[in-house]
Amino acid sequence: MSHDFAPLPDLPPPGTTVGVIGWLRRNLFSNTINSALTLFAIYLLSTLLPPLFNWLFFKADWIGDSRDACTSGGACWVFVSARFSTFMYGFFPDNETWRINLIFIALIACMVPLFIEGFRHKVKLGLFVIFVFPIFGFILLFGGVFGLEQTETSQWGGLTLTLLLASVGCVAALPLGIMLALGRQATNMPAVKSMCVLFIEFWRGVPLITVLFMSSVMLPLFLPEGVSFDKLLRALIGITLFQSAYIAEVVRGGLQAIPKGQYEAADALGLSYWKKMGLIVLPQAMKIVIPGIVNTFIALFKDTTLVIIVGLLDVLGMVQNALNDPNWLGYSTEGYVFTAFVFWIFCFSMSRYSQSLERKLHTGHKR
Amino acid sequence: MTAAVPNTAVENEVMIELRGVNKWYDKFHVLKDINLQVAKGERIVVCGPSGSGKSTMIRCINRLEEHQKGQIIVDGTELTSDLRQIEQIRKEVGMVFQHFNLFPHLTVLENLALAPMWVRKMPRKEAEAIGMQYLERVKIPDQAKKYPGQLSGGQQQRVAIARSLCMNPRIMLFDEPTSALDPEMIKEVLDVMIELAESGMTMMCVTHEMGFAKTVADKVIFMDRGQIVESNPPEEFFNNPQNERTQLFLSQIIGH
Ligand SMILES: Nc1ncnc2c1ncn2[C@@H]1O[C@H](COP(=O)(O)OP(=O)(O)O)[C@@H](O)[C@H]1O
Ligand SMILES: [Mg+2]
Repeated sequence: MSHDFAPLPDLPPPGTTVGVIGWLRRNLFSNTINSALTLFAIYLLSTLLPPLFNWLFFKADWIGDSRDACTSGGACWVFVSARFSTFMYGFFPDNETWRINLIFIALIACMVPLFIEGFRHKVKLGLFVIFVFPIFGFILLFGGVFGLEQTETSQWGGLTLTLLLASVGCVAALPLGIMLALGRQATNMPAVKSMCVLFIEFWRGVPLITVLFMSSVMLPLFLPEGVSFDKLLRALIGITLFQSAYIAEVVRGGLQAIPKGQYEAADALGLSYWKKMGLIVLPQAMKIVIPGIVNTFIALFKDTTLVIIVGLLDVLGMVQNALNDPNWLGYSTEGYVFTAFVFWIFCFSMSRYSQSLERKLHTGHKR
Repeated sequence: MTAAVPNTAVENEVMIELRGVNKWYDKFHVLKDINLQVAKGERIVVCGPSGSGKSTMIRCINRLEEHQKGQIIVDGTELTSDLRQIEQIRKEVGMVFQHFNLFPHLTVLENLALAPMWVRKMPRKEAEAIGMQYLERVKIPDQAKKYPGQLSGGQQQRVAIARSLCMNPRIMLFDEPTSALDPEMIKEVLDVMIELAESGMTMMCVTHEMGFAKTVADKVIFMDRGQIVESNPPEEFFNNPQNERTQLFLSQIIGH
């Protein structure tokens, strides 16, 4: 069996399987049905897209400050631009909106390093953003100190309110959700465990709209006469509890994915329960569940629009509010398209971020 | 065969004592009336067929498993459900697992420094210095900055041994430390363990490496169906096994 081995030369693949033609053939025209569907899709797109683009862009009115500027038959984006500041800031005093801008810019400045490959203090910065930044944000928003004019929560609205609800919902629910997940795993403490199970299953079983409704309508009935607390605060608490139940379930999945050997190794070294969890188990589990958590954030972000039923005006609420303005009657399509676009931008970015994280975390044990 | 490691046992100082220990998994009686004394510096090798309760027994010694009847006394402290006592004992008892169980999200050096820092409350610098010292002892100081996933099985197991040693334990438990390794890596791990034996560490080791048992063990224990069937010094154990189950087991192992 000692023949000389001469490897055959590598040949290029046949031309019809590669390149544009190959791709088209494989994906769009692989058989008769596929070809027919392709042609039908082309027909549909060619009839639907041009009018859509005409309405959205080419025939749309962009400049002006009243409905008189909208004459060309396309979308009236003047409506959006004229009302833009209320969509963003709600009823926040006009000369105080810089405070909101400042929070936003500071937040972005804090977040940017988190996306930089090889930045060494990501965890510390992340903890800063989660625990310290909200205090700074609250002071700026609420005012009343450092010579800042105090604002009412009823003045908070628009996209500001949407972002506030979503981010408080996420940030406050995260630690609570983690504790609930840990509690649900505590098989040696049956009382704690069943309380956590009960809590989680209760909040997962009710729709957010019910939670909001109860927090605003029913809760005051149980409070003693004269005691009332802020409507926004009540909504925030409701959202946080609701969200924490979902996060707990996602985190639990991550905890279950950590091999028993990791717990045992930590135990054998003499680490206490909290050190074992904080240093060994959670860092690994949270890495696994980041995409899942981002998904619950996206869901929550969209759900925040429901606060409209308790009279809080988020970005959707502000748009609807503007639609009732006699000067702008009849532009609801523009309003809703704009709202959808705003939500899409945020949700799409979050989804892309979670995908890129997923890809990064898939590359093995390296950070 | 390598020359036997000299006996370091200190007869009158008992480090581990099991008195009439029984354990059940639900209705399954996994440990039956285990009695055992391990002196300071003594090296015990535990062998026996799979499922005979070897792992369960040594995992009871640092309370990874709970026994239901009898007494386990480690370094003078009895294991009860008292959490503080358990943590106290775990500080003194190192354990090496079949599957290494290194922490994959930490570098090798971080793996080593973790317990000294968080359990012994050592400053990071000092803990890392100790970590490096033990990495040198297991002959892989150049791997300190890598993640466990980047090391070979033999290297990972040596890191795991070093990680336990960093806590400066008085007792080391090994549960089949070489069973998950490719044959060419077994020796590098056994060499580290032999060195450790020479240093006078009290060791209890579940293994089927009979060469290792002959070299370092002061006593070889054979377990079957939850019982200690035979317990003798290695010469006696291998040359003149008393029990027929031991004989059968040895013939199967050596037959391989
Ligand atoms: N967590 C457990 N629950 C139920 N049975 C178990 C558990 N762990 C081990 N066992 C059973 O106990 C017996 C002894 O197991 P083990 O101590 O791991 O044996 P060995 O290490 O000698 O192979 C086996 O029959 C095994 O199936
Ligand atoms: Mg075993």
